[in-house]
Amino acid sequence: MTSSFQALGQHADRAASSEALGQHADRSASFQTPVQPAAARPPSAQPSAAVPSPVTAPAPLTQADIDREMAELHAAAQQRISAGAVLHHPPRDYAPYRSSLLRHPRQPLVAVGGDPDAVELHGPVFGVTDVTALDADLTRQHLGEPLGERITVSGRVLDRDGRPVRGQLVEIWQANASGRYAHQRDQHPAPLDPNFTGVGRCLTDDEGRYHFTTIKPGAYPWRNHLNAWRPAHIHFSLFGTAFTQRLVTQMYFPNDPLFRHDPIFNSIPDDRARQRLIADYQHDLSSPEWSLGYTWDIVLDGPSATWIEEGR
Amino acid sequence: MTELAPTPSQTVGPFYGYALPFPGGGELAPVGHPDAITVRGTVYDGAGAPIPDALLEFWQAGPDGSLTGAPGSLRRDPVTGAVLGRTGVDFTGFARVATDADGGYVLRTLPPVPPASRPDAAPHLAVCVFARGLLHHLYTRVYLPEHAEANAADPLLAQLPPARRATLVAQPERPGVYRFDIRLQAAEGGPHEETVFLEFR
Ligand SMILES: [Fe+2]
Repeated sequence: MTSSFQALGQHADRAASSEALGQHADRSASFQTPVQPAAARPPSAQPSAAVPSPVTAPAPLTQADIDREMAELHAAAQQRISAGAVLHHPPRDYAPYRSSLLRHPRQPLVAVGGDPDAVELHGPVFGVTDVTALDADLTRQHLGEPLGERITVSGRVLDRDGRPVRGQLVEIWQANASGRYAHQRDQHPAPLDPNFTGVGRCLTDDEGRYHFTTIKPGAYPWRNHLNAWRPAHIHFSLFGTAFTQRLVTQMYFPNDPLFRHDPIFNSIPDDRARQRLIADYQHDLSSPEWSLGYTWDIVLDGPSATWIEEGR
Repeated sequence: MTELAPTPSQTVGPFYGYALPFPGGGELAPVGHPDAITVRGTVYDGAGAPIPDALLEFWQAGPDGSLTGAPGSLRRDPVTGAVLGRTGVDFTGFARVATDADGGYVLRTLPPVPPASRPDAAPHLAVCVFARGLLHHLYTRVYLPEHAEANAADPLLAQLPPARRATLVAQPERPGVYRFDIRLQAAEGGPHEETVFLEFR
């Protein structure tokens, strides 16, 4: 491997938990090399701008490099927002998140609209056969209790009109309290917990509510750049009434000092939108001598058949 | 009425593999169904390299053209909690397949049919693509080449230039087997067109 990972030296060996592992890490030296400032770069030129020059060996990107890129992109986004742009979701080409460089389309999306019979305006359904009661308690899936801070996470799944999404599947996955995933490719040298897998599922109730008992995940290192760490998060996968409302996202915990350094969190251009991924600590949801409570409501984007039939 | 602001998307990351895929996720066709088809392909990045950590979801109308779907894709054993999988009889309309180490996927399903309310529409499979490195999922569609007349009249296909249109039509490999590759980004100067991805309004 002749990539700049070698330049990471000791860190590369230690911080092996990676979103750029395996064959991708080997052929992705460019993921860690500096790119031109976003403002100076035409939108379509990002991948070529990231190819390292054969003459100058690129130094590994530092956290300061990434922080600077993110600040420039936030400033540019803020200007667009001030001019009236509505930016709810991350752009798919977000250079500070190196893995996005070769994995976003360059062509604009093609609009499909107006047909309530479109297959995508309806969606898959799940039922009581698809989950068991134990799936929602990630602390009871093994013989013993997992290590870490026991928490409950609860909230409602709504559409943009505020209607509850009823009886739909919510899936979560997360690292253990030490920041390690029970995944073969996670090589972060933090301990696995034999009593914690980190996978949960439930169906929303009639109010759209979901409820999980789990442990608070730890922060973990990855190889986006030198000394990259992800803030603690729980991955969520959600279905609405339409396939167009599908959402995969991550829930974060309040006041995490890693927010400002994380390119995945900061890929969301609008600070107000970023705040919507942070759960609230809710003391009323905490149980005496048992667990701490967090609430997090989720609003699914995208049209559905009912939405169109109501002439909106 | 004021709309609620949506929850932003985030990448599925690299570690969904023990959470989202499930046994039989790509076996949507009822067991032994004589009309079952196979759709297989590879997901590629902008360097033309296969993507081994993508997750594909498929959604389609039922064989009667219904768009209601049916539960049971991830059917579980209430005694052990293990995944029993689909009944092998019912058609849920939903499939989920992770790409393998070579970026490949295989889906076995029934041929898509148009929604019952629009029997002349070009049948297709709806596809949702997730991957590490992809901050927001992408939608595309699989159309089949034998529906040439309906495809020609399809409002989406009709608006695309031929090379772009071709990315949405599966290629027959042999009877009942189709290839549908997905290119998240056109390789610079490469021979292949980027897959057409969709936005719903
Ligand atoms: Fe993660």
